[in-house]
This record gives sequence, structure tokens and C-alpha cells, in this order.
Amino acid sequence: MNDAIRRVGLAMLVLFVALAGQLTYLQVIRADDLESDPDNVRVFLKDLNRPRGSILSADGAVLAESVPSQDDGDDLDLQRVYPPATAELFAHIVGYQSVNFGNIGVEAEYNGDLVGRRIPTVPSDFADLLAGEDLRGNVVLTASLPAQQLAAEQLGGRKGSVVVLDTATGGIVVAYSNPTYDPNFLASHNVELASASFQLINSKADDERGKARAWREIYAPGSTFKVVTTGIALDSGIVTPEQPVYPNISELELPLTDNTLENFGGDECGGNLTESFRRSCNTTFGQIGLDLGERLADDLARYGISEPPLTADGQLNSGAIQNGNCAVRPPPADVNPGVSCSIGPAPGSFKADAPLFALSAIGQGPVAVTPIEMAMVAQAVANRGEMMVPHTLSHVETVDGQLVPESRYDPSVYQQSMTPETAATLTQLMVNAVNNGTGTRAQIPGIQVAGKTGTAQVEGDSAHAWFIGFAPAEAPRYAIAVLVENGGDLGDEATGGRVAAPIAGAVLQRLLQG
Amino acid sequence: MALGVLVVLMTIGGYLLVALADGPEIPPDLWVLLGWVFGLYVVAHFAIRRFAPGADATLLPLAAALNGVGFVTISRLDEELGRVQSVWVAVGVAAFVGTLVVVRDIRILARYRYTFALLGIGFLLLPLVPGVGRTINGARLWVSIGPLNFQPGEIAKVMLVIFIAAYLADKREVLAAGTIRLGRMYLPALRDLGPLALAWGVSILVMVNEKDLGSSLLFLGVFAAMLYVATGRGMYVVFALVLFTVGAWFAYQAFDHVQVRVETWINPWDDPDNTGFQIIQSWFAFGTGGFAGTGLGLGNPDKIPNAATDFVFSAIGEELGLIGTLGVLLMFILLIGTAFRVAVDAERPFAKLFAAGLATTIALQSFLILGGVTRLIPLTGITLPFVSYGGSSLVANFVILAFLLRISDDTARERSVP
Repeated sequence: MNDAIRRVGLAMLVLFVALAGQLTYLQVIRADDLESDPDNVRVFLKDLNRPRGSILSADGAVLAESVPSQDDGDDLDLQRVYPPATAELFAHIVGYQSVNFGNIGVEAEYNGDLVGRRIPTVPSDFADLLAGEDLRGNVVLTASLPAQQLAAEQLGGRKGSVVVLDTATGGIVVAYSNPTYDPNFLASHNVELASASFQLINSKADDERGKARAWREIYAPGSTFKVVTTGIALDSGIVTPEQPVYPNISELELPLTDNTLENFGGDECGGNLTESFRRSCNTTFGQIGLDLGERLADDLARYGISEPPLTADGQLNSGAIQNGNCAVRPPPADVNPGVSCSIGPAPGSFKADAPLFALSAIGQGPVAVTPIEMAMVAQAVANRGEMMVPHTLSHVETVDGQLVPESRYDPSVYQQSMTPETAATLTQLMVNAVNNGTGTRAQIPGIQVAGKTGTAQVEGDSAHAWFIGFAPAEAPRYAIAVLVENGGDLGDEATGGRVAAPIAGAVLQRLLQG
Repeated sequence: MALGVLVVLMTIGGYLLVALADGPEIPPDLWVLLGWVFGLYVVAHFAIRRFAPGADATLLPLAAALNGVGFVTISRLDEELGRVQSVWVAVGVAAFVGTLVVVRDIRILARYRYTFALLGIGFLLLPLVPGVGRTINGARLWVSIGPLNFQPGEIAKVMLVIFIAAYLADKREVLAAGTIRLGRMYLPALRDLGPLALAWGVSILVMVNEKDLGSSLLFLGVFAAMLYVATGRGMYVVFALVLFTVGAWFAYQAFDHVQVRVETWINPWDDPDNTGFQIIQSWFAFGTGGFAGTGLGLGNPDKIPNAATDFVFSAIGEELGLIGTLGVLLMFILLIGTAFRVAVDAERPFAKLFAAGLATTIALQSFLILGGVTRLIPLTGITLPFVSYGGSSLVANFVILAFLLRISDDTARERSVP
């Protein structure tokens, strides 16, 4: 019997050796990815009690900092605080660190820098290694406090969004969405208060204040989209600024249907591209859309605008689609959560749905985009056709203000949207639109602004007022997109030129002239 | 004794570390605990000195060490649970001493083999009795009498091992030789195998009916191992493997909960928030612990569901790291190895078979749950001997320990008689 007993014992030993193997696999080989798995809450919980750097605006204003917790009722030593003067102003960019709901925004995206996991240092000796140096980093944003403040003032409580991008780098200088919220409630250690606040800012009844309209809501872009249509048309060579000359008509007959496309106010409008762009003739651009046909749908991808997601799978919720469902992914921006998917006409549908291409060309019909994407279009025109990846980070500093060299954000090109020649031509057309056309209210004394207005029809409601542009036109520094939902308080009288253009002019002026 | 002192110091040290992780104060109940742990160990130690003086000297310290690691981990997860567990340790030690006192000669057990068989099956059936049976976490394994909850199945296992060992000790020659010829093979007559197959079949059916997958598997394995030890014929192992395959296939087809277990094992990330949640949290715990662990009291093992019972090893893995988990594994290997050595050393067939059966029980039960929480095999909810929270399991394992010591002492006595 002894041999048999030994063999059974040996079999058991083999099982335990297999266990030791599996444990080594889990605790050595897979240890790092299991620990840093986004679903593993342990790192987040640890970070809650770890000293955390501040978040600063480009001009050094403190937007978020950690202070000793005043609340004795919990076992957390630190409380994240968003100073009252800037809390609501930067809520959508900065985000929050919440015990119940985790991190969002810059707090999430640059969490590693804030708690000091990413600053590479060589411990000088063993004692240092054990004691743990203060590796916290202060995250410095590209956003400007005075410009953000002015954007909020200019919107003055109206729903909408203002986005300003650095034309050369894609850095987000302004990204304000109204209405906004106070992140301090979400950062509260009081679980009930944080939960109630979370419910409130995400409820439709309370305008979904938690949602950054600048990159999480899509709107019909109206005539500002003619910049895209013009870019595609110029690149394709079917038009030049002078030729052809489009008929002076009040409405364009659409194929396959009895419907027509009307000019704004039913006016007669036409002429060559320069003239049509200045006056924003719907009939001309509708015709260009029909002439471009499939090319319009195909080339939209170069502007970051995707084909429509399938509605059949139930993913089309309230018009905002998360980026996972896009055929063409939005740029890998560091704004968090991801930019919503924009929509354009479906490639391959021209034969069946030609009228939709005429509507798309004037920014109506199937087209819907986020404000930040329209700012990116303006930025691409200003940057010789190169669309940059938008980003919020400038650089990281140590807590005593030393730049961490490797941390400086390295700007990258998202894609070449149009040729430099087309960009130059578009700039001329946009300068003309501001100087002599629909965008005169965006003018700044002493600085040449280039821009395009938009008034997007909304079924059953007032139109959205838009303006996109950049300045100075000859040596661009800032690109802007302004959206006022449903025209703000001017209602049906609103046009992009009257409501949105003045906001753009004021914000650009503050940035360029101080 | 020196080994024992080390074990006590280890337990107290662990408890102190857990408390200090929370704040710089030494817990006021530390001295009470020290006295309690030390007292219990001394009681168990002197019980062996007095009632089984020739027994192996490493079994008790090893079991106590595992018990200590478990106690520290449970206290760290839930102080109240730790206090209850310390009472159960006392009950376990009492059962241990009681077993040593009552069972002076292991052969007494063999005499009551059929009584144990019936009692074992009766205990297994107890949770199905309306009024006293309780279903907890989907398995009907519990019996409630007044404020007390316990799992009679734990002690039933020991009784059935007694029966099988005694029965096989009698019939092993007949079973090994076989009386019925089938081609070139000799098969045992049904008359010889009958009572065994009946007791075993009934127990497996009951366990399956109570949705106690782990115990069914454990019992199948222990039975096959004992048959093999008794007869030395590999045929029984092959037979058990075939039975396992057929049984597993049938269970997979017939029971939803078996399907869920297997699918969760294959890919827990299919449903990470429900069926896969436990095992994913367990993996996170092991991974976060890494090589050295977060340190006692410094991790978040409370994020693993059932951390004190089935998943106690994951909690150890998080705070003590690979060093801790391999340490626990090593203690189990030593404990199980010693138990098998007790079986090899024993003089009489019953003692040999009984010791081998008990050793296999501890080994397989540990493997099933350790393999389950590390996702080496599908998860079957059973406790980790001596470590997990749970009164019935602890008492049963202390009784097993006492039987092993008794056999070891018997062997020593028989050898010393010229």
C-alpha cells in the first residue's frame, strides 16, 4: 500500500506545484497590468489619500488643489478643492476627483502626474527610496483664465459654447460650455451630497450641466459648414474663387423631390464663389454639394467628420454618440470623456439621397458636429490646412514650480484637411466675409479677423447662432468657434452674425490685445 | 514547543501590524488576545503530550500557523468576524482535545463503520429537512438550530472517510484480485463493491442536489484515491476519471449554475459586473499584492466578495504578496506531506487507509478552493482548511488533525513494543 500512498501524495504535490505556478503568473508576470487595470479600484482608493498636485491655468491661477480634510467623519486626510472664483468656469475641463464617482477631466487624464507616478527620478540613496520623495506634479493647462472669464460673461447665461484653439499647436485656450456646475459638491466626502449632485448635473430636467457642450453635444453647424464645403470644392478643383458664376436665384430646385433649397429670408443670391461666400448663398453651396456628390461625403473624413452611425443598434441616444461608435474616430484629444461623434451624409448614398448632399453642403440635413470640431476646422484653415490634435495640457511642474522637461505637451498633427493653397484662398474668403459680408460684428479695430457666420435651422425651435474664425488673418494665433443654442434671447431674429460674431470678436480681442 | 511559540508570535505580530496600519495605538484587547491564542495553543499542545505523547510533533504547529494567518486576515477584514472566529477556534481546540481523549485507539472507529456511514449520510441529508435547513448563497448546506448555523456536511465527510477506510481495509484483497472475469480483466463482484458504491453514490447525489459542487468533486477524488491505495490498481483511478468526465458533462448539460461556473472560468470578462465579478476582484487582489504584498492592513481586500470565507487566500495574496501565498502553500504542502507520512508509517491497513483518506481530503479541498480563487480551475465554493472563516469547517479540520495525531501515536506505541 505504501507505494500507492506515495503516488497519491506525489499527485497532490503536483497539484500544489501547479498552484505555485499560477500564483507566480498572477503576482509577478501579470501583476502590473492587473494592478493598473482601469476596473481595479485599488489604485484610485490609494490616490485619494495621496498628496496631489494642483491644476493651474496657463496664467498661473489655481484651478484645483488639495487641502487637509476638515471632515473628521471620514478616514481621508485630504480634500480636493476647486476655488470658488474658477470652479464653475473650468468644471468641464478640470473635472473632479470624487470618492463615489471616480475622476474625470484633467483630474483623470493627468492623474498619474498629479500624484507623482509619472515624474521620473533616480532616488539618490536607499533611504530616499524608502522615505519616498515628494513627486507630486502641478499640471499647467493651456487654458487662459481671462479669456475663459470673458467667454462666460459674453454668453451671459445663454446656453452654448465658446472654444478657442491655439492655431499652431491645437492647445485649448478657451473651452467654456454653459450651463456649468460646481465640482466641489462632487468632490465632497459626504457620499449623499456627492450622489445628489451627480444626479442633478446629469439630469435632463436640469439641462445636463455636467455635459460639456463644447465636445459632448452635436449641433447642425449651418453656414459655418460652408467653410468645409468650400475647402473640399477648392481641393477637388471644381471651382475657383472666380469661376463658375452661379445663378442669382432665390431657391434651388432639388433632384428627386419637389422640395427646394431657399436662401436666407428668401433673397436672391448668387455669383462666383467669392461673392457667394461673402453673402452666404445657400443656393450656390447647395449646387456645389450636388456637383461634389460622393466626394463631399468621402472628403468629410479629412475634416474629422464621420459618416452617420447606424441608428438601428439603438446607439443614437439624444444625438450625442460616444466615440466608440464612429466609423471615423474623433481625434485622440486629451479632453475626457471622448469627443462626441459628429455626423455627415453617408458615403455611397448620393444616388438615393442627392437632396441630402445639397443640405449637407450648407450645414443642414444630416450634418451635426460639436463646437470644438468647428473650432478645429477654423484652426486648420489658419494653420495652412493642418488640423492639430486639440489638447488641454501645457506642461507639468514640480510643486516648487520647476518645469519637468519631458512633460511639455508635444503638439501633433491630426490630419492635413486641405492643401495650403486652399487654406490661403479660404482665408481670403473669410476675411471678406468679416469685412464686407455677414460677419462684420466680429471685427476688431486694428486686427484683421477671418470668419464665417452660421444660422442653423432647428425644427420646431429657434435657430442656432454660430461663428467660426481666426485672427490675426495674416499671422494667425487663435481660432474660435462660438455657438449660442437656439439663438439665445433674440429668438427667431437671431443670426450668427448678430448673436455669435460679437462674442467671437470680444474674446479674440481680449486674447490679442489684453 | 519552540515551533509553537514561533507560531503564536507570528499570529500576534500579524494582528498588531493590522492594528498599527490603522493608527499608532496598540489595540487594548491585544493582551487578552495574546492570552487567548497562547492559552489555546498550550491546551492543544499538552493534550497531545498527555493523550498522544508519541505523535508527530509538526502537525499541530503547522495547523496552528495556518489558523493564525487565517485569523489575522479575518480580523483585518472584519473585527467582529474575527472575534467570532476566535470563539470557533476554541470550539475547534475543544473538539480536538475531546477527540484525543475519547478515541484512545483508532481501531474503535472501524468497529462502528456502518454507524458512521449512516450518520454521515444522515448529516448530509440534514440541510434538506424542512424547518432546520437553510439555503445560503444558493447552496442548501446549512442547518440552523436556534442561533447556531453550521454545515453538517463538513463533519459528514470525516465520517464517510472512516466508513470507506474500514470497509476497504476488510475487502481490499477481494477488490484488488477481482472475482468476475471479463476478458483479460478481473472485476470485483457487485456484492463486494455494493455497500461502498451505495454510500458513495448517495452522498454524491445529495451533494449535487444541494448544489455543493466542491464537495461532490472532493468526495469523488478522495474515494478514488482511497480505492487506489487499498487495491493498488490504477483501474480505479481510470474509472474515477471516466466517472468524473461523464458526471461533469452531465452536470454541465443539466444545471445552469454549473454552466455559469464553467463559462465564468473560461472568460470572466464576458460579464465583469455579475458572474465574473468575484474572480476578477480576486485577480486584482493577487496582482495588486504582487511579489511583496501591500502590507498587512494596507490593502483593500474588502473589495473582494466573500473575502473571509471562500476568498480568504486572495486577501492574503493582496496584503502579503507572493511571499505570503507561497508561504501558505508551503505550510499546506508540509502539513499534507506529514499526513501522508503518517499513512505510510502506520502499521495496520485501516490506519493507513484512514490517514491517507484524511490527507487526501485536506489536500484536495485546499486545491479545489485555491485553484478556484486563482482561476486555475472553475470556482467551487468550499472553505480553505484551517484558514477560512467558518465554524463547521474549523471543527471538522481540528477533528481530522486529532485523528492524524492519534494514528501517528498508535504507530509509535506499536513500534516501541518489542
